[in-house]
Amino acid sequence: MLPLFAILFPLWIVLNGSLATDVLITGLIATLVIAAGSRGSLSPLTEFRVTPAALWAVPRYLLYFLKELVKSNLRLAAVVLSPELPLNPGIVKVRTRLKSRMGRLLLANSITLTPGTLTVELQDDWLYVHWVRMETDDSEGATARIVAGFERYLEVIYG
Amino acid sequence: MEPSLVNAFPPTPLNLIGGLLLVAGTAFLLLGGLGLVRMPDLFNRIQAGTKATTLGTLLSLAGVACLQPDWSLKLLLIGLFILFTNPLSSQVLARSAHRLGSKQSPLTRVDRLAEDSGEAP
Repeated sequence: MLPLFAILFPLWIVLNGSLATDVLITGLIATLVIAAGSRGSLSPLTEFRVTPAALWAVPRYLLYFLKELVKSNLRLAAVVLSPELPLNPGIVKVRTRLKSRMGRLLLANSITLTPGTLTVELQDDWLYVHWVRMETDDSEGATARIVAGFERYLEVIYG
Repeated sequence: MEPSLVNAFPPTPLNLIGGLLLVAGTAFLLLGGLGLVRMPDLFNRIQAGTKATTLGTLLSLAGVACLQPDWSLKLLLIGLFILFTNPLSSQVLARSAHRLGSKQSPLTRVDRLAEDSGEAP
C-alpha cells in the first residue's frame, strides 16, 4: 500500500503543478483511497531491493531497454518494408531465473517491447514468447537470446 | 492574427530538433500501420502494433517536449504510462487470442505453448 502511495501522490502533485493546500488535501485523500483499494497488487517499488547495486542497475537497465526498443523498431521497419515480408514466426519457450513478481512482470513487458518478441503466456518459470523471426526453437538458445540481456539487470533490482 | 501554438520563426535549434523528432515519430507510427496491414496473423500484427506505436509515440512526445518545454514533465508521465500499459495490453490480447485458438499463419514453425497445453500443434 505505502509504495503505491509513494508513487501516486507525487504523480498527483506533478500533474497539478501546484502545492496549494486544497490540492494537496484532495490528492492525499484520493491517493490513499486508491492505494488502500489496491493492496496486494504490484507497484514498481514492490520487492525493490534498496542496495547500491540495485540503484545503479536501474539507469543501466533503462538505457539497455531504450537501445533494444530502437533496435526492435528498426528491424521491424526492415521486415515491414521488404517486399517479400521475411517472416519465420513461432512460439518458443524460455526460462527465467527471476523469482519476484515485479521482476517477472517487467521482464515480460521488456520482452514484448524488444526485437520481434511478444510474451504470450507465463507459467511457473516458463515464458512463452511469440517470435517474428525465430532464430532457434531450442529453449536454452532462445533463453540466452531473449531473456538473458534483461535478466542481468532485473536480477539485481528485484531478484 | 491568432497566436500560433509554436513560434517557429526564426527556427531555434530546439524547434528544429523537436520538428525532426515529430517526423521520426510519425514515420514509425506509419510503419506500424503498414505492419498491421501486411502481417499475416494476429500475433505478428500485435508485434507490429506494439513496438512501432511505443517508439513512435515516445518520439512524438519528445518532439512536443522540445517545442513546448513547459509541458515536459507531463509529457514524460504520458510516456511512462505508455511504456507500462502498451506491452501489458498487447500481452493480454495475445494470450486471449491464443487461448481462443486464433488462427496462426501457415508460416508458423513451432508453437510450444500449444504443445504444452496438450492441444494439437
